[in-house]
Amino acid sequence: MVIIMGIETENSEIENSMRETARSLLKEKKVDVIIGYTNGTVPLSSAPIMITKEEEVEKLIWNNLCYVNLAKYLVPRIPQLIDPEKGDLKVGIVSKGCVGRALIHLSVENQINLENIKMIGIPCNGIINRKRIEKEVGEKEILEVFAFGNDIVVKGKDFEQKFSFEEYINELCKVCKVKSPPVLEELAEICIGECQEISSIGDNFEDLVEFESKTTEEKWDYIKDTLETCTRCYACREACPMCYCNLCFVDQNKPIWFEKTTEISEIIAFHLVRAMHLAGRCVACGACSSVCPMGIDLNLITRKLEKIVKERFNFTSGIDSKKMPPMMDFSMDDAEEFMLEED
Amino acid sequence: MTTQTKQEESLNDEWEPKILAFLCNWCSYAGADLAGVSRIQYPPTIRVVRVPCSGRVSPYFIIKSLMDGWDGVVVSGCHPGDCHYLTGNLVARRRFAILKELLEFFGIEPGRVNFMWASAAEGERFANLIKKATKIVKKLGPNKKFEKKW
Repeated sequence: MVIIMGIETENSEIENSMRETARSLLKEKKVDVIIGYTNGTVPLSSAPIMITKEEEVEKLIWNNLCYVNLAKYLVPRIPQLIDPEKGDLKVGIVSKGCVGRALIHLSVENQINLENIKMIGIPCNGIINRKRIEKEVGEKEILEVFAFGNDIVVKGKDFEQKFSFEEYINELCKVCKVKSPPVLEELAEICIGECQEISSIGDNFEDLVEFESKTTEEKWDYIKDTLETCTRCYACREACPMCYCNLCFVDQNKPIWFEKTTEISEIIAFHLVRAMHLAGRCVACGACSSVCPMGIDLNLITRKLEKIVKERFNFTSGIDSKKMPPMMDFSMDDAEEFMLEED
Repeated sequence: MTTQTKQEESLNDEWEPKILAFLCNWCSYAGADLAGVSRIQYPPTIRVVRVPCSGRVSPYFIIKSLMDGWDGVVVSGCHPGDCHYLTGNLVARRRFAILKELLEFFGIEPGRVNFMWASAAEGERFANLIKKATKIVKKLGPNKKFEKKW
């Protein structure tokens, strides 16, 4: 038998150790429920699953199509976690780097209680940008997807196409520095499996240089062309682990801040305000782009947010549970070069 | 834009922008008042909305004003450290910093949205800053990017 090295073997190793950890957690009754990934109903997809029995552990999978950020399923879907008096459901959650970051940030915002959570850390090697593959394949129906060496093979009725894994992963994954969930000093026991210690992320945002060098008009044209197809289905909001408001500003009807049409100015206003809300909170999981039915790349905006917050307030979300996020805090010594001054 | 304003525009050779100004009750509004009673001349381009504090100004207000067709927005509050509510303007400053950079990133001229500090005693400074803001917005021309196509 030929042993093929690459993501295929890497993934199955991760998968096996994840199942083992999950099994022992359920056996020792350390957790009541495990949130993880399972196969989706169609190829090129995955679905979240909640497991309560030991024998169901085999349903858990890990591959490069697990794009959902599982932290979303904690808030507000499990209210017990928000209010400990209602009960203390212990949850194990399969965490790639960005899920871990989301969990830490949610606990900073007092949305979840990390003491009730066990992070099953897994080292993520990048999520495939399925929209790009679907686009390349075109109208042909994809029936099967598997990893072969370092390639993704997509099979259909009369065709077979190979995609280089390195190239076809999400743009955010290409620059990702947090592959497995960060460990917190004060809550070291919550992280089991692969976790890493991170104090700060060094990032020079090279991927933004090209866009930022454009003139204002060129930027407007690019943003307009990119967002024009947006149908305002709000899938990006539904997938985002940080969007947990009971009433989103777009659903509010007293007052109606922004109209609900797909007129370009209103689309832009929606994305502007969405970006404002995520400043200093976005954990760069790329779930918003992955779920977009129109294949809009929202990563550019989230990257910019990350850059603004890093440069202005020296803050990276979801790394440190003690540091206050910039929008929850204030300081006398912020830079104010943008303020209007007399000549 | 109503037909009346269009007519007015054609009558004037030079186009004058319309700027919505959010002034904080405790400093800038009083500053604007001082500019008025001191008879300091400044362009009649601003329409004032009095807010309790610059921290009250949500990014919604600013984006909504642009969408409603205002050519520019000015937000003015107390100098840092002078806020009536102690930290309202510090919170606002962070919001403005991010909003301004985001607008620039989206390709909307950042000059349309201006932030400034003016205290109750700075009538002259207020007038000067409004002059400057008017000049910036005038140079950018009418706000066309948020114009409704249908």
